[in-house]
Amino acid sequence: MAFDPTTVRAEFPILAQSVNGRPLVYLDDAATTEKPRAVLDASRRYYEEINANIHRGTHHLARAATAAHEAARETVARHLNAAESAEVIFTAGTTDSINLVAAILTLAPGDEVLISALEHHSNIVPWQMLCERSGASLKVIPCHDDGTLDQNAFHALLSERTRLTAFTWISNAFGTVNPVREMIAAAKAAGSLVLVDAAQAIPHLAIDVQALGADFVAFSGHKVYAPTGIGVLWGKRAVLDALPPWRGGGEMIKEVTFEKTTYNELPFKYEAGTPNIEGAIALAAALDFVHGIGLEAIAVHEDKLIRRAAEGLSALDGVHLFGPSGRAGALSFGIRGVHHYDLGTLIDQMGVAVRTGHHCCQPLMARFGITGTTRASFAVYNTEAEVDALVAAVGKAVAMLR
Amino acid sequence: MSIADKQQEVLEELSFFPDWQERYEYVIGLGRKLPPMADALKTADRLIKGCQSQVWLDATVENGAVRFAADSDSVITKGMIALFVRVLDGETPDAILSADLSFIDRTGLKEHLAPTRANALNLMATQMKQRALELGTA
Ligand SMILES: Cc1ncc(COP(=O)(O)O)c(C=O)c1O
Repeated sequence: MAFDPTTVRAEFPILAQSVNGRPLVYLDDAATTEKPRAVLDASRRYYEEINANIHRGTHHLARAATAAHEAARETVARHLNAAESAEVIFTAGTTDSINLVAAILTLAPGDEVLISALEHHSNIVPWQMLCERSGASLKVIPCHDDGTLDQNAFHALLSERTRLTAFTWISNAFGTVNPVREMIAAAKAAGSLVLVDAAQAIPHLAIDVQALGADFVAFSGHKVYAPTGIGVLWGKRAVLDALPPWRGGGEMIKEVTFEKTTYNELPFKYEAGTPNIEGAIALAAALDFVHGIGLEAIAVHEDKLIRRAAEGLSALDGVHLFGPSGRAGALSFGIRGVHHYDLGTLIDQMGVAVRTGHHCCQPLMARFGITGTTRASFAVYNTEAEVDALVAAVGKAVAMLR
Repeated sequence: MSIADKQQEVLEELSFFPDWQERYEYVIGLGRKLPPMADALKTADRLIKGCQSQVWLDATVENGAVRFAADSDSVITKGMIALFVRVLDGETPDAILSADLSFIDRTGLKEHLAPTRANALNLMATQMKQRALELGTA
């Protein structure tokens, strides 16, 4: 079912503004998405109507807030097709989720953590820290020139030493969509735990954690129309139950004495302290918003935009597109003789917001011998007219810079 | 011409360009006109750290005057540093150290810059004074 982007767009108040006298063209959706009224309303209504601390009070507001928070968990669980909502742990975002997993795993010298060349720093550094702490070593699946992972090398790197394999579903730098099902199956067959970074997948793809077969899936709310500061770690119960708690504090305990503390059950075991209640509720509103339009319809729309942008930009002289042709969400490019920073600066003057630089993927940039790219990324509210504005702005900027 | 006079000259030239596009074209033009810097000089110790693009700055003394050379992989950044080179090149370390470089705020360029770029401008100004200080006391 197709939808009318103009109607959807009207749901995002921020998009109505002008920048430098031009209508804002926001194509930095992979960095963060703008928020629809339904999400803004959910946040405001929470504070206007039911704000209270959860799981503790006996009063009316505490019950209402607790119910809304737990209903939000149910919504996320349904969205991910989790076996049970207790497998949904609310975190501050993808980075927080990955750090949680890295903190609760115990590795030893000789063990290996396998990641990929496409990873965001937040799916690299926590593993490096874990390796440093434990004496394990970090291995990296290389990528081909087209920005896809070298699957042969991946299989060759997998061994009984591989304790954890972590890779992104969609590359935020190049838009590459990894064959996650196959990769998860291979890593599981080798006996490894698997974490999927779904930060970029969450706004573009349906995620069925049971069909996927990974042990952990991490994402951020702000990439899927929800506020910043809320995210999710989904983890398989059998795996999480066997792992130790992480941060200590309120909520995560069953009973505390000075001699010994017993820990709460999932998901509370990993949710120490007062959580981001409003964020969780707004995340549920964002997922409802996405379902109201339909993930498939959104994917079709975004795919049309990304192809149009790829076509328009490749027609310009000296443009090189990174990543394979089946990209999702983001389109990264370089232009011969033009620094991405200059390009970003000039098209900003024309009201076009894109991201320039290394996209938190410095090792990937080094692999391609570049300091950065210009990245346009797309969401449900972007239009073909905006893609055309991007292409026109890039053309004009290049004429000024060459 | 004093540093203040040279700054005034730059501001007057920029005032001919009411719209952002012409201002940027002017800056890009300045960047292009900056004499090329020898690749051998583009070393890590000449790199100004903290900018999104790479900027190299070299300073030497010739008959008591500081001679600046600069380059960047970004032509806009190069144009920005060319603005400073134009007003500071050939001056004594003392004159450079006491120069008021806030003229850059009156160019109207900063309003159009990302915070990272505006910050880079401040870094460039500081670095040029720093080099002048080192050369003056050397
Ligand atoms: C692929 C990927 N992983 C992880 C992250 C980190 O997300 P956050 O900063 O929300 O924790 C991002 C965000 O840019 C991303 O694109």
